[in-house]
Amino acid sequence: MSRVMIFGATSAIAQEAARSFAKDGASFFLVARNQTALADIAADLKVRGAQSVATHIADLSDLDSLSGLCDKGRAALGGIDVALIAHGILPDQKACETSVDATLGALRVNALSPAALMIRLGEILVAQGSGSLVVISSVAGDRGRPSNYVYGASKALLSVMGEGMAFALGRAGVNVLVVKPGFVDTPMTAEFPKGALWASAKSVGEEIAAAVRKGKRGIIYAPFWWRFIMLIIRFAPGFIVSKI
Amino acid sequence: MVDPVVKPMSWGRYPRLAQHVVGMSDRHAALPLPTEGSVLPYGLGRSYGDSCLNGGGTLIATRGLDRFISFDKESGEIACEAGVSLAEIIEVALPHGWFLPVTPGTKFVTLGGAIANDVHGKNHHREGTFGCHVKSFELLRSDGTRLACSPETNADHFAATIGGLGLTGLVTMATLQLKRVASAFLGGQSIKFGGLDEFFELSAESAASHEYVVSWIDCLGSGETLGRGHFLRANILSAEEAAGRKQRKALPLTVPVMPPVSLVNHLTLKAFNAAYYNRQSPRVAEKIWDVDSFHYPLDAIANWNRIYGPRGFLQYQVVVPTADQRDVSEALLEEIARSGKGSFLVVLKVFGDRPSPGLLSFPMPGTTLALDFPILGDETFKLLDRLDAIVMEAKGRIYPAKDARMSPASFARGYPNLETFRKFVDPRMNSSFARRVMERA
Repeated sequence: MSRVMIFGATSAIAQEAARSFAKDGASFFLVARNQTALADIAADLKVRGAQSVATHIADLSDLDSLSGLCDKGRAALGGIDVALIAHGILPDQKACETSVDATLGALRVNALSPAALMIRLGEILVAQGSGSLVVISSVAGDRGRPSNYVYGASKALLSVMGEGMAFALGRAGVNVLVVKPGFVDTPMTAEFPKGALWASAKSVGEEIAAAVRKGKRGIIYAPFWWRFIMLIIRFAPGFIVSKI
Repeated sequence: MVDPVVKPMSWGRYPRLAQHVVGMSDRHAALPLPTEGSVLPYGLGRSYGDSCLNGGGTLIATRGLDRFISFDKESGEIACEAGVSLAEIIEVALPHGWFLPVTPGTKFVTLGGAIANDVHGKNHHREGTFGCHVKSFELLRSDGTRLACSPETNADHFAATIGGLGLTGLVTMATLQLKRVASAFLGGQSIKFGGLDEFFELSAESAASHEYVVSWIDCLGSGETLGRGHFLRANILSAEEAAGRKQRKALPLTVPVMPPVSLVNHLTLKAFNAAYYNRQSPRVAEKIWDVDSFHYPLDAIANWNRIYGPRGFLQYQVVVPTADQRDVSEALLEEIARSGKGSFLVVLKVFGDRPSPGLLSFPMPGTTLALDFPILGDETFKLLDRLDAIVMEAKGRIYPAKDARMSPASFARGYPNLETFRKFVDPRMNSSFARRVMERA
């Protein structure tokens, strides 16, 4: 039975991944900002088969608190088999373009906070000699686009750092996995027919859980075919990227 | 980033209406009300006609309310948010020996939708409707009030909301009493019968012996063969009887694209009905099913509603009171056979006399007939009007969850509690169905 720690546990993708782990009887340490939402998710996971669910309310943009939080989770679970970093915001790009503070604020939540967690969790897992460290990035980090480059830059940091850590920590028996989802639908409208590029949070969450079970490391796209779309976009000339 | 374009439809793919969609995923939050216009909760869109649509208005998509709240594995009481589907409840409960007390023919409906339509199933003669097993729910009204409803508390809102078609407010969560089952398998018989007299005899004889009873009718049978069909009856197998059986993993079947015209026409109907009737040669065939193949055969084919083509189809389900059930069923089947229209799967079942808890609940003691018709233009609607006349004459009623065309008069005649119900309609809630049949002239 795996011990699963999730940062940003109220995110739709994290919730679906957690449900998949819960079916196998996992134990959880869930961290998020919203107490009511977290309590609802804890109850849900228990009904779906979780062995135990501990919750912790925290502001993940408080960078100084993050190492302590990781230690607390490890102590509560008695070790970590899966650490999933799923928090993030979609910054107001327009506001960021004329505000240093807004940009730095967005980077703090989306990039610095996950980076700090990755370092501390990496240490813990290496010391343990096992476990998966999963970070949710985005296809938006593969190329800078005019409409969302602040978001994209924060995700690019996670992708590159995670890829490097996957190589480095793989030697120690730790699987670092970077997940790059494409267009993800909200759970509210997941059942409506829509364009082929959209995937549900449920399918992405289940793909993450499946990749962890298989012990995958490195970069995965979710769904997988985004790898090919992004391959084309990465090689596309600037005059095309400037328009998308 | 980008918002997906969504086009909500009902299962019959008729009517097609433009409407806005807002989502709700936090049951503690206020209703996402637009500044003007009406709203209607929308779950999985399995209602067939326009009762789950709100043309020109807004739908509140409830699938985001998909969390379980509690499950007592000893007592079988389960509490969940209203957007949880029955499939999800089964997935969680069945491994612990609990099943839905009442289930419709698809598990791809939400808990909220099952309440709002007070759905029924093959065990109606034993367990009544779905609403009979709802212990409580929370009703969120557009003015922000939250009413805890049960048969004891706010009993009037409870009765109005069960079968209330989403018009009384939004059900955020509900508590349901599940049913103990010894296995995930059913055993019973499929019995060929030659006509309605035999059908009613079998129904009477099986009501006490079998928990699940339903019949398929050859809708093209006429004269000698009128009302012939197959009578299915089953009980849940004991743990010993089911030992060693494995639930079959269903093949991922789908109707992948919309055919240009309906695949259901006189020729295919005739071939299918003859083949289906003759699929077993002995009169009685012993059978064993798993939960999915017994309760949800059509769920095995994704998007089966596409076989009726781009114009969509009308589902038609009525109930006629016990007194004249035989003759009225015969009159309906004759009218359908004469038209040569109708569907592959025509279903006939005798309801029990357990009272339905909702003011607008459909089931009542008597016989219910359900079938679908591809929409072939005006003549389809005229045929259904003729069937309505027969049903009204017999003091029967038509099922709103399947309707897209009944008249306001038929609705008022079938549902004598309508005037009482009106008092509980939320001022901001409305639907295309309600505007069509409930607005006073």
